[in-house]
Amino acid sequence: MDSSSQAVVRHHAPPQGFIRKYLFSVDHKVIGKQYYGLALLAACIGMVLSWLMRIHLGWATAHIPLLEKLSPAGAPGNVVTPEYYLSLMTMHATLMVFFVLTTAPFAGFGNYFLPIQVGAEDMAFPRINMMSFWVTFAAFVVLILSFFIGDGPALAGWTSYAPLSSVGAVAGPGQGTGQTLWALSIAIFCVGQLLGSLNFITTTLDLRTRGMSLARMPLSTWAWFVTSVIGLLAFAVLLPACGLLVLDRVAGTSFFNPAGLVVNDQALPHSGGSPLLWQHLFWFFGHPEVYIAILPGFGIISTILPVFARKRLLGSRAVIGCMVAIGFLSYMVWGHHMFVSGMNPFSALLFSVPTLIITIPATIVVLLWLGTLYGARMRLSTPALFCVGFISVFITGGLSGFFLAQPSLDTYLHATYFVVAHFHFVMAVAAMFGIFAGTYFWFPKMFGRMMNETLGKWHFWLTFVGVYAIFMPMHYLGLAGNVRRYAAFTDNYLAPLIPVHKFITIAALFTGAAQLLFLCNVIWSRFRGPKATDNPWEATTLEWSTSSPPPFDNFGGRHLVVHHGPEEYGVESSSGDYVMQVSPEKVAAS
Amino acid sequence: MGKLFAVVLTIITLVSAGLIAAHVWWLPVDISTIGPRIDRQMDETMVATGVLFLSSQLILACFVWKFGDKRDGGKIKYFPGGSGPLIGFAIALVGIEILVLSFGGSKVWAAVYMTPPEPDALHVDVAAEQFAFYFRYAGPDGRFGVIHPERVRDGNGNYFGLDPANDVAARDDVIVGTLTVPVDRPILLTMHSKDMIHSFYVPELRMQQDILPGLTIPLHFTATQAGKYEIVCTQLCGLGHYSMRSFLEVLPPDQFDQWLKSQSGD
Amino acid sequence: MASTTSAPPPGTESDWGATGGGGGGLQHGRPAPVSTFPAAVRPSQTGIGVALAAISMMFAALTSAMVVRQGAARDWGHFELPGILYFNTLILLLSSFSLELARRRFAQDPGLGREESHGNAGQSAQVLYWLYATMGLGLLFVFGQLVAWRELAAQGLFLATTPSTSFFYVLTAVHGLHLLGGITGLAYALHRMSRSTGSRPNTALGVAVVYWHFMDGLWVYLLLLMITRMNVT
Repeated sequence: MDSSSQAVVRHHAPPQGFIRKYLFSVDHKVIGKQYYGLALLAACIGMVLSWLMRIHLGWATAHIPLLEKLSPAGAPGNVVTPEYYLSLMTMHATLMVFFVLTTAPFAGFGNYFLPIQVGAEDMAFPRINMMSFWVTFAAFVVLILSFFIGDGPALAGWTSYAPLSSVGAVAGPGQGTGQTLWALSIAIFCVGQLLGSLNFITTTLDLRTRGMSLARMPLSTWAWFVTSVIGLLAFAVLLPACGLLVLDRVAGTSFFNPAGLVVNDQALPHSGGSPLLWQHLFWFFGHPEVYIAILPGFGIISTILPVFARKRLLGSRAVIGCMVAIGFLSYMVWGHHMFVSGMNPFSALLFSVPTLIITIPATIVVLLWLGTLYGARMRLSTPALFCVGFISVFITGGLSGFFLAQPSLDTYLHATYFVVAHFHFVMAVAAMFGIFAGTYFWFPKMFGRMMNETLGKWHFWLTFVGVYAIFMPMHYLGLAGNVRRYAAFTDNYLAPLIPVHKFITIAALFTGAAQLLFLCNVIWSRFRGPKATDNPWEATTLEWSTSSPPPFDNFGGRHLVVHHGPEEYGVESSSGDYVMQVSPEKVAAS
Repeated sequence: MGKLFAVVLTIITLVSAGLIAAHVWWLPVDISTIGPRIDRQMDETMVATGVLFLSSQLILACFVWKFGDKRDGGKIKYFPGGSGPLIGFAIALVGIEILVLSFGGSKVWAAVYMTPPEPDALHVDVAAEQFAFYFRYAGPDGRFGVIHPERVRDGNGNYFGLDPANDVAARDDVIVGTLTVPVDRPILLTMHSKDMIHSFYVPELRMQQDILPGLTIPLHFTATQAGKYEIVCTQLCGLGHYSMRSFLEVLPPDQFDQWLKSQSGD
Repeated sequence: MASTTSAPPPGTESDWGATGGGGGGLQHGRPAPVSTFPAAVRPSQTGIGVALAAISMMFAALTSAMVVRQGAARDWGHFELPGILYFNTLILLLSSFSLELARRRFAQDPGLGREESHGNAGQSAQVLYWLYATMGLGLLFVFGQLVAWRELAAQGLFLATTPSTSFFYVLTAVHGLHLLGGITGLAYALHRMSRSTGSRPNTALGVAVVYWHFMDGLWVYLLLLMITRMNVT
């Protein structure tokens, strides 16, 4: 057989029937949309949970209609009980961190666009890819089940510290079936992510089309690649950790349960386990996890910004290097979550050094983005607005990290609302802005229709102002010593700060409502939006050289040859001020 | 759009920074010997990050204002010097800040967590449990009774699992729900938990320490100002976590002696 | 647009990425008698490498958990490792040996096992024989591990008895489950061998071979770990 006849061999035949086309599909594009849809559902649930939390924090005796119907034990008389507050908090965080921030920017957009951006017909292992989505979906179902069976969802936080999470039902409501289901759900989620990473890495390394060297890959592809390597190693650690946790809960082992525990006046027969061991295992995963949440955003912004600035990204190779450096360093900093945990105080100093150093590549990237804006001719459509919004909120979130990286300040700020402000800015806000930017940018390609610009801009403005209104005051609460994870502030504790909590709650409800604009835009445009051309944004990367949406094999049987990197904006060419990656046109040196 | 973004961002930036600079909500008074050093670290970091915050957000606003609306015929400009100076600047700036802050900060950290307590420190034993703190003083004999974990019973108030019937030293141990200490005297806490991870936090002391079951965790401090301050548990320990609070009462030395005597008398 | 391709599309229904190429680099000795698209086999090689990296990381996490747990308290509890473990190790090493025999026979003629085989029926039977032997030895190993568990249980050493027994059961269980996965992989490779047409290397087999040898090496590592940390001296 010679190579030219091999060229027409399809990876897999076009799918027939509803089930193979939309449900159990091996097409990476369908799988990407499925992940995105799952993330959207999880985000809606997670946001509602946060509203319930915020209402309770602002008005501790508030009656929330219908809540008792949803959870008779958790909210008798429609008022949130303390244990239910903790369950809401745990489920909010778990849904958001795992099923939104790890899913949408990485599994969602990455699955859809990585193969296309490298010029492949599909991921390397399509059936494993399909399995990875359904495994993730199964994990979601198991997690949601914990709302409805047993004595309530887990309440030990998404960090699930032992022994609270490991002693079992004796610890009280939410620590029985709910906590076990949580651990099982996360373990299943790990498997799904490992399968996903397998595909991302293999596809990036082996399925690039001719001319697509690693150096010519778009930055979004680079970000997904680095993220998948981080994820491979991180989730491989969380999986056994959850396994050991389940064993401690149901099999009487003592991995994390020390001797001498007396809970609810019952002496527990454990011996010698180490609660710190759980923390080490969890945060060894947990810190790379937050970079998994943000790096795709870096990639998305770095890809989108040049399109709307109409000039090349400044220092794109340095940005790639910084993403790799962040990925590498992310494995050395986990102890900064444990400065006051009781671990050896000297380790705290050791961990704080790489924690501070990791700010350097992040700073470089931000400065390079700013440098790209300099002298640009920006088209401030909605994707671009979310890009510049991302830069702003990432700066804010990153700077608060600077305080927490120093152990001597962490001794004051640990477990206060300052930490809550920090991680919400970098994750809930910045990473979400990355998801929004990606959505507005790639929606035309994915669905063949344009989103509504007016709705999009309103969505941006209300969200941008709203998130600052919600999360900036949390810094002040933290500086004033407001402890986190408290269901209520009783007996005049922190009474002067309650008005701030009320303000935050109102801002949260308004900003949440503003997300309806996004939802409506997505749904409406999906069916009635104006039809999109192949390249409405005049972008250079490979997805824009095929139809909107792409055919099932991405390029209609063509095998593209890449002649340029993705950076050719602001150049003179026959198509205007840009040259597409697959265009054979030579670019004049600028 | 670009100008609107610049204006909105500038307002947000100035308001956010202004509220910090005006100390509208700020750290409470510091009452510990280590407090001034931590507060200085905090101020230095706040100034450094404040400068970075203001400059970077305002530069972003400025750039979006200037370059944010596509001007036909306008020529693209490139950042002078390219990426090199920016990268060098980032490394230098952040690098210097890191060196300065961690050098000073590590000394402060070591002073709290890596130096031994004063030999004449008043030793208070702390038991954390769901959902209260209990504090134990050695009593007139100056010795603590032995803890027997299997004897711990909340029901009859034996929070420390003491055995006064057989243990002489345990008979005069003073157990209270509030941490009362004399001012200007080194205090050594030895903390243990019988169930979950708890945490001891007094914002005014600027100190926080998790208490792990299975270990005895030391923490030492010297309070410099009399008054009553909240102790809060900061490590999620169960449904009553929000109510696991106590008080630190700092008394002048003679009042403290009186108080301790009155407790022992009972 | 382009008229030729240099990174060949990943081939037909094989989930392991390709059907072209000469045995994926595992082949040596005689030149491959099949058309060569070495690049097309790469995905399965990369894939198994990635998968083994993840599995290694998982066992590294369990190892460090074990080391930390042992040092955390004085309740570790040494016990005598069941003697059958050494026999099981021998079985597993033999299975790697038999798998190598199968792989080499197959590499000499990738058409083996099918009607279009260029080789003789005797050679074809040998490949199948050694593959079945490997799977059988693998099952024997797993069975032997269960016997080891029974031996421990007979001494009153269960999952929660001491931290050392906990780790013993966890490590052997996780390894055993992965080995069962390897047996499934070999079965799948056999299935593909009987179904595919023409002369192509069997990438499923190539992947399964690498995986199997890794499981073998991993077991030796785990055994040494348990000997040094759990066994009474």
